[in-house]
Amino acid sequence: MQRYLLSRLIQSVVLMIGVLVLVFFIVRLTGDPARLMMPRDASPENIQAFREAMGFDAPLHVQFFNYMRGALTGDFGRSLHYRAPAMSLVVERIPATLELALAALFFALVVSIPLGIIGGTRPGSIWDTLCRGIGLIGQTVPNFWLALMLIVFFSVELRWFPTFGRDGLRSLVLPAIALGFFPLGKFTRLVRASVLEIRNEDYIRTAYSKGLLEQHILTRHIFRNVAITLVSIVGVQFGYMLGGSIYIESIFAWPGIGRMVNEAVQARDFPLVQAIAVFTAGFVVLLNLLTDIAYAVIDPRIRYEN
Amino acid sequence: MNSNVNSNKNDKPILEVRDLHVRFDTVDGVIYAVNGVSFDLYPGETLGVVGESGSGKSVTMMSLLRLIPEPPGRIVSGTARFRSREDDLDLLQLNMRQRAKIRGNRIGFIFQDPMSSLNPLITIGEQIKESLERHTKWRGPEARQRVVELLEHVGIPDPDARYGNYPHQFSGGMRQRVMIAIAIACDPDIIIADEPTTALDVTVQAQIVDLTRRLSEELGIAVIWISHDLGVVAGIAERVMVMYGGTVVETGVVDDLYAHPRHPYTVGLLGALPKLHENVPELVNISGTPPSLFAAPSRCPFEPRCPWAFKTCRERRPALESVQRDGHFSACWYDMEKDKPREVRR
Amino acid sequence: MRIDAIDQRGVYSPLRRFMKLILRDKAGLFGVILFLLIVLIAIFAPQISPHDPLQQNLRLSRQPPAWQAGGTWEYPLGTDNLGRDMLSRIIYGTRVSLTVGFLGVLIASTLGLVLGMLAGYMGGRTDSFIMWITNLFLAVPYLLLVVVVASILGRSLLNVILIFGFTNAPLFVRITRGEVLRIRKSGYVESAISLGASQGRILFDHILPNLIGPLLTVATFEMSGMIFYEAGLGFLGLSVPPNIPSWGNMLSAGRQYIQFSPWIAAYPGLAIVFTSLSMNLLGDWLRDVLDPKIRRSA
Ligand SMILES: Nc1ncnc2c1ncn2[C@@H]1O[C@H](COP(=O)(O)OP(=O)(O)OP(=O)(O)O)[C@@H](O)[C@H]1O
Ligand code: SF4
Ligand SMILES: [Mg+2]
Repeated sequence: MQRYLLSRLIQSVVLMIGVLVLVFFIVRLTGDPARLMMPRDASPENIQAFREAMGFDAPLHVQFFNYMRGALTGDFGRSLHYRAPAMSLVVERIPATLELALAALFFALVVSIPLGIIGGTRPGSIWDTLCRGIGLIGQTVPNFWLALMLIVFFSVELRWFPTFGRDGLRSLVLPAIALGFFPLGKFTRLVRASVLEIRNEDYIRTAYSKGLLEQHILTRHIFRNVAITLVSIVGVQFGYMLGGSIYIESIFAWPGIGRMVNEAVQARDFPLVQAIAVFTAGFVVLLNLLTDIAYAVIDPRIRYEN
Repeated sequence: MNSNVNSNKNDKPILEVRDLHVRFDTVDGVIYAVNGVSFDLYPGETLGVVGESGSGKSVTMMSLLRLIPEPPGRIVSGTARFRSREDDLDLLQLNMRQRAKIRGNRIGFIFQDPMSSLNPLITIGEQIKESLERHTKWRGPEARQRVVELLEHVGIPDPDARYGNYPHQFSGGMRQRVMIAIAIACDPDIIIADEPTTALDVTVQAQIVDLTRRLSEELGIAVIWISHDLGVVAGIAERVMVMYGGTVVETGVVDDLYAHPRHPYTVGLLGALPKLHENVPELVNISGTPPSLFAAPSRCPFEPRCPWAFKTCRERRPALESVQRDGHFSACWYDMEKDKPREVRR
Repeated sequence: MRIDAIDQRGVYSPLRRFMKLILRDKAGLFGVILFLLIVLIAIFAPQISPHDPLQQNLRLSRQPPAWQAGGTWEYPLGTDNLGRDMLSRIIYGTRVSLTVGFLGVLIASTLGLVLGMLAGYMGGRTDSFIMWITNLFLAVPYLLLVVVVASILGRSLLNVILIFGFTNAPLFVRITRGEVLRIRKSGYVESAISLGASQGRILFDHILPNLIGPLLTVATFEMSGMIFYEAGLGFLGLSVPPNIPSWGNMLSAGRQYIQFSPWIAAYPGLAIVFTSLSMNLLGDWLRDVLDPKIRRSA
């Protein structure tokens, strides 16, 4: 197992370096980052002054070297808009985003796991139809639209939940549902498909041939195997939710990283965008690493690998 | 088929299957997988089942305790009388709970691929124990002790340490031993072994055959041994049943059937065989394609490939009939012995 | 012994088999029809739109849909904040969405096919490098990547298409490479080579035919995804310029009036839902029909 984890760790580090390189080049995609970051009506003198202040006039490899050196010490420059170190601004927003994403994940899992299991164990039944329907709707309803519609019905019409802001549990409900809806559909489909598939495995036939009861087979032989498939995708979906939170946090004025992305992009605050990009990608890489570790814990085939 | 087949066993059969029909509904059409199969199994004997791929061997045996996928599978009709010391019932009439009480308890199973037949996420000890805990009074440490004994019994070295191992830590042969341990765990009356050695190396095959034979003799278990390998069957079975196109075409005592095959298909199978027991090769290839199973057989299923085929064969389906020797039956309109068509009773 | 042709009695005819496949999956049939309908709407947008989608009429701004108080059948789905006809704008929006989806997938799949083949065929360093880049793109949070790149490149239809084309290539690379490797391993390429087939022949006879099924299925899902994300970018004001009627732009405008004129955001969103629905059903259906393993069981 050590070797497995070590190789995953090395992979993660290599990937992270790749992310840093990617972000470096994306910001320079237009060839002139200084113009990109300055307001459109900025004077040429101002732009030139900014270019020198940011070091964009240096040769590319020098810029790259400085950038990487900064990155290794967590220094991604200062936000143009907030006039503060970019990375610390991002770090401040972590709790809000994490809270929302975890709530959304919880909502998605709590609904999708039972639904997918019922659908997968009774294909063709009414429950299965419901299961497939929800799986499909989850994939076809855009979360930004869903968020608006939730606001129309539950905030404007019924006044059950606040329209925006982060103020206690009630303010968390609508954003979490909106953000969790897509993963909910995804998980439902996945759990259903994986139950169906596992039910066809030879070892399930063996379990039946031993005279074990349906219930026992489900809990002892199917759940654990479904869990492995689920683990493989929860991390990935959590990463996607960070993306989705750009909409949801903007719509609900949720003070997290997603909303900050939108603000930074609109304000052309690219040092901040850069810091967010590196942070989020790093977070996703970390998630993947955690997923691999979780795998190793659940799956003895990896746990006992030499 | 009314028979007192086995001369050396005068008991009643432990299993009497009559006129079993099984179909599969697929988008390509209805597959008539099993078409009126009947056979008997006597206490403690080993019955070999041979036939080419798709002839319905597995479906026949798995249908008895409804281990085929339904749908697409469908058991259309038939009876399967199971008669042991405690029970006398029709397996095909049982409800789910009753069936689950027979499975793994009175009738154990061994499958072809030991690699995929064990749950990769559960220790092999637990996989044997859960069967014990389901059907017997053993619990906890006692059950564990019993599992260790079983492991030892099927020849797994250092069973106490191996209890907590996962399937991937075992070789193919060892896993098949674990499957055997599961099958015998509750001291069953019958074991159905569906090509248990096909996926194994030749040397390991022999060990598994020996182990099964030894255990069935020791414990008095009747065995249904499905195989492609006529040699293996000759080594382990007392009687053989030859299947073709979802029907039984010939059945009899091994020595007799191998020496005097009566059905043209069996003749073809044994084709080049010089003498019984001498390193019998796998099924020889018979020219022609296997029968289509998309229609109920109305004629002899072997007719398109049969060198002896004549008019009656195309019109009516032959039933199993006794051929001279005791317990030797063949479903063929042609009388091999007299080398002429059989009298057809109207 | 003589050899007979395979007995065909009782096998369903191809037509019956096809009908069984279609009827078994009514949802798939619905998806196919809905998809064709949407394509027709996009093609004939000028003919079926009741109004000019760009025609502003401030006196008629934010008129509700016909069945609500204050609505008229002149503007069945109401008007937006600038008094433009919602229905016509939604009809025209189909064009933007389908264009982005179609061209985006075309670029992504072509790129993926070429790179995937390269990786699968060349192996070694080339393979490692291509796969490293591919995995890198898959590791970065997708939406963030798209948002950042779109904000850097600026609003234009071409930019949006290029962004989706490039960022979606990795999935196609993976599938193509996997298939090439699988076929190479299966040995029939070796035997084809030993029989004197050229690399080109092998490509066209063995590899491409096997790729069509999976690629087509993925393309359908990806197209649905792109339509989704295009609307999302529009919602953030990062997609096509504001003067082009697109669902995302409409949603973005509608968001400001969500309290009192919710229809401005509601109907473009429904259009996205239906389009996405049709493609997902189509994709599921294709996967079933093209996958021989699934096809067999009833
Ligand atoms: N799940 C299924 N769906 C559709 N058809 C099936 C299914 N299982 C079995 N069949 C059909 O039933 C027929 C008999 O299959 P069976 O598995 O009993 O053959 P077999 O004699 O055991 O062959 P083998 O030696 O290959 O194991 C085959 O023609 C097969 O097509
Ligand atoms: S019944 Fe006729 S066709 Fe069938 S095996 Fe006998 S001789 Fe051949
Ligand atoms: Mg079989």
